[in-house]
Amino acid sequence: MPELIVYGIVLGSIIALGSVGLTLIWGITDLFNCAHGDQMTVGAYIALVVGSLFSRVGFLQGKVGPFSFNWGLLVAFIPAILISAGLAILIDRWVYKPLRRWGATSIVGFIASIGVAWALRGLIYILWGADYHFYFHGIRPMLFLPLGIKVRVDEIFIMVVAWAAVVAVYLFLARTKTGKALRAVADNPALARVAGIGTERMIVWAWAIAGALIAIAGMLYGIETQLRPEMGWIFLLPLFAAIILGGQGSITGALVGGLVMGIAQQVSTAWLLPSYKPAVAFILMVLVLLIRPQGIFGRR
Amino acid sequence: MGIEIGGILSFLVSFAIMASIYAIFSLGLNVQWGYTGLLNFGIAGFFAIGAYASALITTPRPTGVLADYVDQAIGLNQPFLVGVIGAAIASGLLAALIGLLTLRLRGSYLAISTIGIAESIRLFFNNEPWLANGPEGLSGLPQPLHGLVSPRYYNYIYLVIVLAFLALIYIALERGIRSPWGRVLRAIREDEVMASADGKDVFLFELQSLVVGAMIMGIAGALYAHFSVAIQPGVFTPLFGTFIIWTMLTLGGTGNNKGAILGAFLVWALWSWSTFFINRIVPPGFATRAPFIRYILIGLVLVIVLLRRPRGIIGEERQVSRF
Amino acid sequence: MTILRVEDVVSGYGSMEVLHGLSIEVEEGQIVSMLGPNGAGKTTLLRTVFGVLRPWKGKIYFKEEDISGLPPEKIVRMGMAYIPQEYNIFPSLTVHENLEMGAFIREDDIGPRMEEIYELFPDLTDRRKSRAGQLSGGMRQMLAIGRALMLNPELLLLDEPSTGLAPFLVDAIFDRVEKLNDQGVTVFLVEQNAAKALQSSDRAYILEGGEKKAEGSAQEMLEDEEIGRLYLGR
Repeated sequence: MPELIVYGIVLGSIIALGSVGLTLIWGITDLFNCAHGDQMTVGAYIALVVGSLFSRVGFLQGKVGPFSFNWGLLVAFIPAILISAGLAILIDRWVYKPLRRWGATSIVGFIASIGVAWALRGLIYILWGADYHFYFHGIRPMLFLPLGIKVRVDEIFIMVVAWAAVVAVYLFLARTKTGKALRAVADNPALARVAGIGTERMIVWAWAIAGALIAIAGMLYGIETQLRPEMGWIFLLPLFAAIILGGQGSITGALVGGLVMGIAQQVSTAWLLPSYKPAVAFILMVLVLLIRPQGIFGRR
Repeated sequence: MGIEIGGILSFLVSFAIMASIYAIFSLGLNVQWGYTGLLNFGIAGFFAIGAYASALITTPRPTGVLADYVDQAIGLNQPFLVGVIGAAIASGLLAALIGLLTLRLRGSYLAISTIGIAESIRLFFNNEPWLANGPEGLSGLPQPLHGLVSPRYYNYIYLVIVLAFLALIYIALERGIRSPWGRVLRAIREDEVMASADGKDVFLFELQSLVVGAMIMGIAGALYAHFSVAIQPGVFTPLFGTFIIWTMLTLGGTGNNKGAILGAFLVWALWSWSTFFINRIVPPGFATRAPFIRYILIGLVLVIVLLRRPRGIIGEERQVSRF
Repeated sequence: MTILRVEDVVSGYGSMEVLHGLSIEVEEGQIVSMLGPNGAGKTTLLRTVFGVLRPWKGKIYFKEEDISGLPPEKIVRMGMAYIPQEYNIFPSLTVHENLEMGAFIREDDIGPRMEEIYELFPDLTDRRKSRAGQLSGGMRQMLAIGRALMLNPELLLLDEPSTGLAPFLVDAIFDRVEKLNDQGVTVFLVEQNAAKALQSSDRAYILEGGEKKAEGSAQEMLEDEEIGRLYLGR
C-alpha cells in the first residue's frame, strides 16, 4: 500500500501539472478543453522526434546522471514546450477566438474542442502509427526507500520537474504584472476590460502557459510509461476530474485535485483492475459534482 | 462486369445499413440535445447497453464445449424483436438512472459525466468476463428472417428492416415534436427558467427526453449488433459511439429530424468512402495509417461546421437555434 | 471646456431600447449628478459613454473628440475612468494588487501614485495585503474608486457609489469625491440617493424612462418644490 501511495503521488504530480493549464483556461475563457489530453500527446511525441534527432549529436548521447534518458531528450524539452505553446495559441486563434467573438456559449467551444482533439489524434496516428514508442530502452534504475518502497530514479526527476514547473507558474502569477493581470481577467473579466487590460492578450498568455505545462506533463508521462496515440485521451478524465474537484480557475485546487486523483487511482488498484482507473477518477468527479459542484476552492 | 456492379451494390447496401443505424442514433440525440438541450456525450454507453442487451436476450447460454470458450451471464434465446425491445428498455432504464443522478448538473458538467459513464460501461464489459465474455465479446448473434434468402443477399433484407425502424421512429418523432409534449421540450431548451415558471416540471420533462432518446439509441445499438453479428467492448469507443454521432447531428442540423438523418448519411459517407479514396492516393507503406486521416477529416468537419454554420446544413425548424 | 458631451444618444440591450435620445453636458472641473428612479437608464448611460455598450444613434464627445463606439480599452487610455456599481473590484487579488491592476496600462513608476491613493483612503493602508473579496462594503467601494484613480483620470464615471453603504460611509465617500474634484478631477456620477448627490454636485440631471426630465444647477434642484416632491421624497 505505501508503494501504491508513492506511485500515486508521482502520477498525481503529472496530473496536477496538466490540470493547472486546464483550469487556467477554464477560469479565463470558460472552456472545458477536450483537446488538452491530445495536446499532451503531441507534446510528448514532439519530444520523441526532437529527442532522437538531438541524440545523434555526439555529446548529447550520454545518459543524464543516474536517469534512464539521455541529454538529447532533456534538451528536447525546450523545443517541445515552445512548439506546444505555439500550437495552443494557434488553435485558440483559429477555433476558440472566433467563437468568443460571436458570443457562442461555452458548450459550443466544448464541442469544437472535441473536433480539435480528434484532428490532433489523427495526426499522431498518421505520423507515428498505432504502435507504442519509448523514449529509451533498457533497464530502469531503481531507488530503495525505507518501508520497502521501490521507486525508479526517473521518478525523482519527474517529481522535481513537475513541481518546479508548478512553482514557476505560481511565481509568474503572483509576482509578475502579466501574471496578476491573468488572475484579474479570470477574477472579473468585465472589470479587467474597464481597466484597459486586454482580455485577448491575456488569453494568449494563458494558452501559452497551458501549452507549455501540458507538453512537460506529456514528456514526464512518456518517461514514466510509454508513448502511444491514446495516451493523452486516457488522461483527460482524470484531468477533468482534478479541475472539477479543485474548482474553476483555482490553481491550488488543480494541484490538490491532481494529487487526489493520482493517489486515488493507484490505491484503487489494490482492489480493482488497473484498467478501471479512469472509472475511479470519474466516480470521484461525479461525487464532487453531486456534493459540492463548485469544487474545493471554487467560488461561482 | 456483373461482379463489379454486384460488389459496388453490396458495398452501398452495407453503407446504407450503417448510415441508417447511425441515423437512428442521431434522431435519438436530437431528442435529447436538439429538442431539450441535454448534453449527452455518453451515447456510446447506450449504444453498448442496447447492443449487449439484445445480444444477451437473443442468444442461448453457452453449453458444452462452447462454454469453455465463452462466458455469458444471461442467455434468453429469444427472437430478434424481443431483443430489440429489451435493448430499448435496458437503455431507457440506464437513462433514467443517469438522469436521476446527474440532470441537476449544468451543461458541460452533464457532458463530462456522461463521457465518464460511457467509458465506465465499456470498461465494465471489458473487465468482467463473466458477463459477456469480456474483451472477446459475443458472436453468432441471430439475424432476423435469415433463412429467407441466400446469405449473399441477406443484407438487402436487413436494410429493409433497418429502414423500417428508421421510418417508424422518424414518423413518431415528427408527431411527437408537434405535440404538446414536444413543445414543452423546446420551451425548456430555449429558457429553462421561463418553462418552469409556466408550471411545468422541468426535471420530469428532461428525464423523459433523456429516456426516450436513450431508448431510440438502444434500438440502434441492437440493430448494429445483429448486423455485425458479433460485438466486443472495443467497438463502443467514444469516437465511434459518441462523437461521430455528434458530428452527424451538428452537420445535418441540430433540432431537425431530417437534418439528423442527412448528417448521418453524409458523415458516414465521408467515413467509409474516404478509406476507398485514401487507399488509392496514399503510398503503400502508409496503408495501415491511412484510415486515421478520417479522424482528421471528421474533426475538421465538426470544427468547420461550428465555425461557419453552427446550425448545420438544414438548420433548425422555425425557432431560434441555441447557437 | 465641455469635457463630456452626449448628443441624442439612443442605446439599449439586445432589442430593448433604454435611452431614447439623451443629451447631456459635463463641464470640466464640475461634479455632475444624474438622478432618477430605478430602471431609468442611468447605468446604461454610463456604460454607453465608456464604450461597454455601443450607442445605436447619437454621438459622444470626450474632450471635444468623438468617442462614439470606441471600446473601453481605448477610452480608458484617453483619461476617463469608470467605476461600475457592482463587481467593481478583483475579489481574489489583494488590495495592493487591485490598485496595481488599476494602473495596468501605465508604463511608469506607479509607487508615488499608490501612496497618494493610500493617503486618500487611509483605511486601505492597513489592509494592503488582504484579499479584496474579504473587505467590507465601505472598504470595497473605496478600493473600487482607488483602482480607477490609479490612472489619474480627468473624468471619473461613478455608478451609484452609495449602494449598500451606511450613511456615515456614504458621507465618507462623497467627502473623498469632493476632495478629488478639488484636485481637478471632473466627476459624473449616477445616484439613487438624490439628496446626498445634490449636496455635493454643481449640476444635476434627472433621468426617467430613458429621457431627460429636468436639468439645472444642484442648488436650483434642491430648492425646487416639484423636484423635491417627485424625486427627493419630500
